[in-house]
Amino acid sequence: MNAHNPSGWRPEMGEGGNLDAVATTSGDRGLMLEEALIFELGAPGKCGVELDEPACDPVPGLARFLRKAPPALPGLTEPETVRHYTRLSRQNYAIDLGPFPLGSCTMKHNPRLNEKVARLPGFADLHPLAPQQTVRGALEVINQLAEWLITLTGMHGVAMTPKAGAHGELCGLLCIKAAIEARGEARSVILVPESAHGTNPATAAFAGFTVEAIPATAAGRVDLAALAARLGPDVAGVMITNPNTCGLFEREMKTISDAVHAAGGYVYCDGANFNAIVGRVRPGDLGIDAMHINLHKTFSTPHGGGGPGSGPVVLSEALCPFGPLPFTARTADGVVHLVEEEDAEAFGHAQAFGRMAAFHGQMGMFTRALAYILSHGADGLRQVAEDAVLNANYVLRSLEDVLSAPFAASGPCMHEALFSDDGLPEGFSTLDLAKGLIDEGFHPMTVYFPLVVHGAMLIEPTETESKAGLDRFIGSLRSLAERARASDPSLKTAPHLAPRRRLDETLAARKPVLVWKEAAAGG
Amino acid sequence: MSTYFTKDHEWIAVDGETGTVGITVYAQGQLGDITFVELPAVGREIKKGDDAAVVDSVKTAADVYSPASGIVIDGNAALTDAPELVNEDPEQGGWLFRIKLSDAGELAGLMDRAAYDAYVAEL
Repeated sequence: MNAHNPSGWRPEMGEGGNLDAVATTSGDRGLMLEEALIFELGAPGKCGVELDEPACDPVPGLARFLRKAPPALPGLTEPETVRHYTRLSRQNYAIDLGPFPLGSCTMKHNPRLNEKVARLPGFADLHPLAPQQTVRGALEVINQLAEWLITLTGMHGVAMTPKAGAHGELCGLLCIKAAIEARGEARSVILVPESAHGTNPATAAFAGFTVEAIPATAAGRVDLAALAARLGPDVAGVMITNPNTCGLFEREMKTISDAVHAAGGYVYCDGANFNAIVGRVRPGDLGIDAMHINLHKTFSTPHGGGGPGSGPVVLSEALCPFGPLPFTARTADGVVHLVEEEDAEAFGHAQAFGRMAAFHGQMGMFTRALAYILSHGADGLRQVAEDAVLNANYVLRSLEDVLSAPFAASGPCMHEALFSDDGLPEGFSTLDLAKGLIDEGFHPMTVYFPLVVHGAMLIEPTETESKAGLDRFIGSLRSLAERARASDPSLKTAPHLAPRRRLDETLAARKPVLVWKEAAAGG
Repeated sequence: MSTYFTKDHEWIAVDGETGTVGITVYAQGQLGDITFVELPAVGREIKKGDDAAVVDSVKTAADVYSPASGIVIDGNAALTDAPELVNEDPEQGGWLFRIKLSDAGELAGLMDRAAYDAYVAEL
């Protein structure tokens, strides 16, 4: 034998032991990293670059702006800064790590092609004040996207400038207000069903309307009789979310629209859940007058990719003349124009109610949405909706034996599955299941919304989750539901494995600490 | 002094023409930990059933309806720093506001404690 392991290395498996009992000097747990606030790191005066003292006196007149004390910035070198943010990012959960089953949010995969297109310098580096003739390509993108949105919804026109869903709601209601004023009427009430998105009543109030609630039926849909009974000469319109927040399609939508129109009102549809019906249903055919589309949901880039959202509003023929400026229009010569105040009349928009934004809208979202639409095509978009609905129904039917599904008897759900805390033993709640999901490595579902269901759990898997991925999620949630049903006390203290355990939400709300102060750091 | 209750879980304790208003033990239990209380301005004239105060919990913001009409004469300043009083002592130290009653006859439509307790037992 001539090899006698001079280094002494041999693999060892150890004897196991209690994970909870292991404490480390650094606070890190293996490669799960702890991280202090950036102000608690480094030392004052340290800097990533070394700059010379200015060699000249300040410009006369600016001397009073000379800094008298160094800025209160953290002192870190470049590698310390890079490590700080990278370590923080390791504690984050992201759509690129696993499913985000947040109902009502449509957290689908964000295709990399979108990002490539949005970063093309010809789009990314534009200035909003650049002369129109130098940005024809960008205007072409906006107009092509507008044409797609009009086609997909069967509507008459579209206001592209609103910057997010609720901004779009406001745009739609201001159109309704302008239309009513143009008729010389004074209608002041907007009806909002309980199954609508929570932003709807807030938007109506912000637009100056009085909000009245319309109850939901036991099946989770708008109570048509209650709605019809309330319609009258003081009602400006209704705001209906379809598919609604119970994950159900409002089957009576056309009947509702006809009744509202007959009473002289307008129909606003919250289109945040358009992902479930795109390519299958055209809102224009349902008598809808205005509907916002969350480009950052239906057409990918969930939650704006951490950046801005975008909420274009499609409009009926009745509301189109009142839509805000600016908007794009293609003239007979094929050129796309950005129509502003000076040529609004020539393009038939003399009655525009005003504007929602300083410029043309959220260019980065337009390029992403158009890239998504063109890469899927009409047939692909239809399949997106079908797969989103299929996935949600798979979740609903796979868990309805261990979790109460209040509207399971109302037929198939749309894009999201709704469960309640009904049937959980005393002392166990929706919150315990949500916290348990964190230990299982998932972002929790939307909890305690919609309000019409006690202890609601709203799960929207989206179409981009595979069956294998859904099975993993379903298996985890099933095991948690079974632990709750068995009154497993360890579920009450979950999460056990996350960087932080349960946070004191009450204390955070009562005594919020919003600003770091040096004195607090010493404690 | 007599105390009356509403179906929306407010109470009003009446002493002469002054009424002290708060939410019931049952109401605070449903809301959970109270984090913030918004009180009506002193001098405001309110009608029975008007939104008079807002009670925020971790998850919900609840409107408190005035059980009777009158003019607001006082608000419970202690709640600014200690909203938890509404949880700990909702029917005494956690009172919300006082009004000078404009129509004592309205009280006849409210429940007494026995009727309210029976009402809550049915929920």
